[in-house]
Amino acid sequence: MTVWAEHALNGISFGMLLFLLAAGLSLIYGLMKILNLAHGSYYLLAGYIGLAVIRATGSFLLAVAVATLAVTAIGAVMERFFLRRFHLDELPQTLLTFGFLFAFADLALWIWGGNPQTLPKPAWLAGSVELGDRAYPLYRLFLIAVGLAVGAALWWFQEGTRLGAMLRAGVDDEEIARGLGINVSLLFTLVFALGAFLAALGGVLGGPIIGVYPGADFDVLLLAFVVVIVGGLGSLKGALVGGLVVGLLDNFGKAYFPEFALFTIFVPMAAILAVRPTGLFGRE
Amino acid sequence: MSPRRAAVSAALALVLLALPYALTSYYLDLATKMLIFALFAMSLDLLLGYAGLASLGHAAFFGVAAYTVGLLELRVGASAWVAFPAGLAAATLTGAVYGVLALRARGTYFLMITLALAQVLWGVAFGWRSLTGGDDGLPNIPRPDLGLPWSLAGSTPYYYFTLLAVGAAAALLVCIVRSPFGYALRGIRESESRMLALGYNAWLHKYLAFVLAAAFAGLAGCLYAYYNRFVGPEYLHVIRSAEALLMVILGGAGTLAGPAIGAGVIVLLENLISAYTQRWLLILGGIYIAVTLFAPRGLVGLVHDYRSRRSGR
Repeated sequence: MTVWAEHALNGISFGMLLFLLAAGLSLIYGLMKILNLAHGSYYLLAGYIGLAVIRATGSFLLAVAVATLAVTAIGAVMERFFLRRFHLDELPQTLLTFGFLFAFADLALWIWGGNPQTLPKPAWLAGSVELGDRAYPLYRLFLIAVGLAVGAALWWFQEGTRLGAMLRAGVDDEEIARGLGINVSLLFTLVFALGAFLAALGGVLGGPIIGVYPGADFDVLLLAFVVVIVGGLGSLKGALVGGLVVGLLDNFGKAYFPEFALFTIFVPMAAILAVRPTGLFGRE
Repeated sequence: MSPRRAAVSAALALVLLALPYALTSYYLDLATKMLIFALFAMSLDLLLGYAGLASLGHAAFFGVAAYTVGLLELRVGASAWVAFPAGLAAATLTGAVYGVLALRARGTYFLMITLALAQVLWGVAFGWRSLTGGDDGLPNIPRPDLGLPWSLAGSTPYYYFTLLAVGAAAALLVCIVRSPFGYALRGIRESESRMLALGYNAWLHKYLAFVLAAAFAGLAGCLYAYYNRFVGPEYLHVIRSAEALLMVILGGAGTLAGPAIGAGVIVLLENLISAYTQRWLLILGGIYIAVTLFAPRGLVGLVHDYRSRRSGR
């Protein structure tokens, strides 16, 4: 395996992580037209909660379960009691989610302090595998597998289940969907919670690679934004393709142009914007 | 201008002119900061309140101007006569480029794109250590030396300098929003399709508003670089953009006085609260949520509601 292939694998695994983080943002926007600026906070909170659980119990799986559950509940509360009041009113929604972003960031700083931390990898994923003549960390391959599995599950949920059909109906025409007796309000809460769950999953799984630190919420949010701008809001396929594109660009950029790391992501983003303002797979 | 309005304006001008005689230099510096952020918030309001464009990247222009001033003063040793206009020009130019990109999008995409574009500059300021000093920023920027017989280094002269600049800019902004151009912007905010049908070039109006807003934000950035005598990447950060958005909405979008008041309130609160607790961000987050829930039309809107209730309508 060449250095080049190693960068590519790193990029793909990071891209899968970005897919987890961006898929929720995209689903939420697709159905509710909410731009959730607190989406990166789900990553941050889940990372810290996961770390606390691992320190207390030593179990990575338990950390995933507790952190995702807690953050999913936070997401549901945010939607049900705050954002719902401003349905389709983008400015107040943006401000609200910004308020939550600040509040969560400061709470996390208060509780867990300002030192950057890394979640320990579980023992069963800590090793590496031989790929050709090089060793490659097993954990990154695991991330790729999780990303693919989540992508497949989401696709099946959207295309193959009754709930998914309701979701698609809600995205296409909310009023008609309501008229047909679909409980769109419940759907809103469910999808918002699902988005929070995906970002939380990204937080615990990404913790061993990106780490958790004050400001991680902004960094993650920004990357997720770029992913959905590139891929198009409201599209799962867009989140996946966008995630991979951004993951690869970020990895090669950091490797070859370290001082301009962000540029290698943003220049292609600007180029895509110039040609297709709604992203590769987005609709108006 | 109605006589009452003229009286209020004159009284305000008198108070502002007299402030250095009433305040200690600490509070005078705080007042200077409030003036600068009032201008920053008013510049964003030209976009948000009049053109109806919610930008989450307005700090880009503030920061670019501040960095241009800092770099020219420190790395080149240029005089303020060069650095100050160069900062303005840099912000305007950035606005001219970003406007082309951002105005391809609308609504949520506009929010995201302005945010992302501003964050690019933040990334450059943060990452390009050899030029910008990374997160150490550019310290020890001198106060502007305009070659005048009196120095601008002290609190009082710099306050008057800022007051003059912000006052002139505010007057210009008032002229802009009261001009036919300003009314066309309001028309586009309310119904772009109608304005198009009436033969207005909506894109050009929005583009000009974007560039003008960038220029005024750049003026605030220049003033702030000299005020704080420091420039750092946080000048460009989305936190600063969002803070400006909050100032505008807290005060009341679509009026120029509202955002200026909103800016004053936020700067004052930050100063007061930071003195007692480290948890300013948590409280600021709470303010965002409270304003959205309880005062969606801002302080100006609250006053309006109170007045109309009293007059029994």
